Amino acid sequence: MSARVESARGWAAQTYRLAVATRVILAAAGGYTVAALASGWLALVLPGARAEAVSAATIASFAIMAAAAVWVFAARTLSRAVLGLSLVAALLTVGLWLAGAFQPGAAA
Amino acid sequence: MSRPKGFRQSMAWLHTWSGLVVGWVLFAVFVTGTASYYRSEISRWMRPELTDSAFDPAATATHAGAFLQTTMPNAMAWSIRLPSTKDPEVEVYWWRNPGGPYHHALLDPATGEPAKVRDTQGGDFLYRFHFELNLPPIWGRWIVSACAMILLIALISGIVTHRRIFVDFFTFRRDRSAQRGWLDAHNVAGVLALPFHLMIVYTGLVTLSSMLMPWAEMTAYRGELLRYYAEAGITIPGRPPAGRPGEALPLGEIVTRAIAAQGQTPELVVVSNPGDAAATVNTYFEEPPGLAHLHPQIAYDASTGAEIGRVGEAGPATRTGAVMVGIHEAHFAAAPLRLLFFLCGFLGAATVASGLVLWTVARTPKGADPEGVGLRLVRLLNLGTIGGLPAGLAAYFLANRLLPVDLPGRADWEVRTFFIAWVAAALAAALSRRNRAWPLALAIPGIAFLAIPVVDAVTVGEARFLGFDAAMALLGGLLLVGARLASRRRQVQQRAETILHRTAQA
Repeated sequence: MSARVESARGWAAQTYRLAVATRVILAAAGGYTVAALASGWLALVLPGARAEAVSAATIASFAIMAAAAVWVFAARTLSRAVLGLSLVAALLTVGLWLAGAFQPGAAA
Repeated sequence: MSRPKGFRQSMAWLHTWSGLVVGWVLFAVFVTGTASYYRSEISRWMRPELTDSAFDPAATATHAGAFLQTTMPNAMAWSIRLPSTKDPEVEVYWWRNPGGPYHHALLDPATGEPAKVRDTQGGDFLYRFHFELNLPPIWGRWIVSACAMILLIALISGIVTHRRIFVDFFTFRRDRSAQRGWLDAHNVAGVLALPFHLMIVYTGLVTLSSMLMPWAEMTAYRGELLRYYAEAGITIPGRPPAGRPGEALPLGEIVTRAIAAQGQTPELVVVSNPGDAAATVNTYFEEPPGLAHLHPQIAYDASTGAEIGRVGEAGPATRTGAVMVGIHEAHFAAAPLRLLFFLCGFLGAATVASGLVLWTVARTPKGADPEGVGLRLVRLLNLGTIGGLPAGLAAYFLANRLLPVDLPGRADWEVRTFFIAWVAAALAAALSRRNRAWPLALAIPGIAFLAIPVVDAVTVGEARFLGFDAAMALLGGLLLVGARLASRRRQVQQRAETILHRTAQA
């Protein structure tokens, strides 16, 4: 086996490890961020009493985080995973803004 | 490991690796959490001096209040748990700051003096360990929660990987090959109690949700958490101290009123801002029959005894959350159902353990290839956790019977014994020869558990502990059977290798 093939294989292994590490960080930080944004947004927009919306949003948040993390590892490429999570996070942020979360003073 | 392609392959990869990194913590959480279904029974066994005695709730509360008044009159709050059918003693806590330290004592219901009982954490140590790992609470809770989230992901990816879930359930190829046998064992233990596993991990996360995921409360209530708890029907809104001293009624007076109002004795009485003119006494009653972890509560003014408020009615979503906490704790479960929960938790620990062993069996090099560092490390951690933790548990119970009753810091010594025995058993297994490691790792806790009934009979010897002692003997027996199976498998392997070797020489 030539030295060049050997080094190319080593480099591929390095890239692979880096890609896995990135997905782990993305699943943890991105998954939590999406779950936090979603629970905040749901707490504002779910119908019914405010306390009930908060309880429902909090209970649902863990399923949302698990789904986001599974998506990160299921996505075909890393950039797809990043794009998918960023898009959802951006939409949720807009939703929070529309629901009045960033206005000073008490919420609805 | 090659790059995973396709959805199922990527999920199989995720299941293998997410399961491995949290497996050891999860094993410890499953074992101590499962033991916590019998927390009261463990505490009773570990405090053999305490016996059931009839008590007068009002007089008991007055005594406890007098004890706390002398101990810390200017506390932020006092908490008094009255005796119940589960726990025969009065348990009091008092603290000056919301962040602690929390002081704790057990009182004799008849006198209100500290009970004459050996110093021990009892079952509470195992209960707290299962979500705090004996670390500072915040650290322990976050670590366990992170592991729980990864377990949730491992369960989802495991279900996806496992498409032939029904067929595989009836498949057990113990004698085909070691790897097949372990895979089938992992599948059976995992699938048999799969609803329990999904339930216990999700409800566990919900139990700690106000720490893990406060963002819904933060957004909708702008951080006014107490308002959320009050509106949701979880607590009665508190009231600020008046800032001037006040004269309080004897606590028994308020307990009498609470009994009259609710028709039952409160479980817990919490006095906020004692000594203040606006001191409040909150009485908590037992959960009504049903699944939800929601205690009826009535608050009284400490000086006048007038009712201040009652906890509101929880709506469907809040009640759902409370039911999740309720089924996690299984306080509602009578003996047969509690045994089922215990067995499911046991299967959870078995699923984790068999998964960890499977990881090493599947990667054992064929023929003369050398073993990698990673494989050896995982094998040692498996031995140290799966054999070491039960050894620590047995040592914790033995220490309770064998340490001198008046040893200073006795409760801490019991906990230290738990960790010392765990580390010692792990080292013994790690340092022994490869083919003796598993039999030894399982035989050590097996013998230690079998010693518990003997030591108990010699030191305490009371008929009411026969059930507990029998359970310990059963556990010890099971561990010894495991040790025997492990040694037989090694012998078979060795014989096969010798034959192979001879054939090769011939």
